[in-house]
Amino acid sequence: MWDEIAGGLLIGTAAAILWLGIGRISGMTSVLSSVFAWAEAKRRWAYFFLAGLVLAWPFYQVLGYEPVIHITTNQPLLIVAGLLVGFGTYIGNGCTSGHGVCGMGRLSVRSGVATVTFIFAGMITVAVMNFFETSQIVGVQP
Amino acid sequence: MKMLISFLSGLVFGLGLLISGMNDPQKVRGFLDIFGAWQPELIAVMGAAVVVFFVAYRFGLTRKQPVFSDVFHTPVLTQINIRLVMGAVLFGVGWGLVGLCPGPALVDVFSFDASVMWFVAAMLVGNRLAHYFVGPTK
Repeated sequence: MWDEIAGGLLIGTAAAILWLGIGRISGMTSVLSSVFAWAEAKRRWAYFFLAGLVLAWPFYQVLGYEPVIHITTNQPLLIVAGLLVGFGTYIGNGCTSGHGVCGMGRLSVRSGVATVTFIFAGMITVAVMNFFETSQIVGVQP
Repeated sequence: MKMLISFLSGLVFGLGLLISGMNDPQKVRGFLDIFGAWQPELIAVMGAAVVVFFVAYRFGLTRKQPVFSDVFHTPVLTQINIRLVMGAVLFGVGWGLVGLCPGPALVDVFSFDASVMWFVAAMLVGNRLAHYFVGPTK
């Protein structure tokens, strides 16, 4: 529980640094899109944000911790999921960071609707996958 | 200075994702598994982050401009429309399938795990497909 709170406080602090420092919303979706917009000087901050984000893993290791991940999803499903996440966050203008943290923190109704929608869609998806898995109708790997 | 602030923010953001365990797809799917073995702990991550940003944003409203820039780039979109909801649904389904959303997926790149690489590559393709076939929100 404390790890989750500490992590959340750090994420909020990171968002605060970017907002009060340079007036930008720390949304991963806009960072993703900005990767393809090097020519636009006003979006170049995203490259430096992305560099910091990606280097957090080795930095965490330098601090003496070992991050863990568990993925058992098969390759076709990984690709479908990645496409859905990339496509959906683009047309929805945000994800867990932009809508979920910053938008909710700004008390934006639009972001609230988006956040409730994607969390609910995620919960339904997991429930459906678990149903198929336990009933062994198809061999979906969780 | 803007570059340094951006880098620092990204680094702290990434550490937050790692410490909270939000970067582990299995944990995220446990959080989404509300009808099964639900692990609600990750609510605390979003809760704590929202509270901190709420305070920071309120403080920002009392300032004319950010410390190292001329203007606060406040999001201008307020509409709730089918595009927003469709986007959130598609994202939510993809999120549930694997347990990765964009931030954690990018943080996990240095694991060099093949699954993460496939997911990130597909995510970038999905972003560009939406860009070319749907286009930015006006």
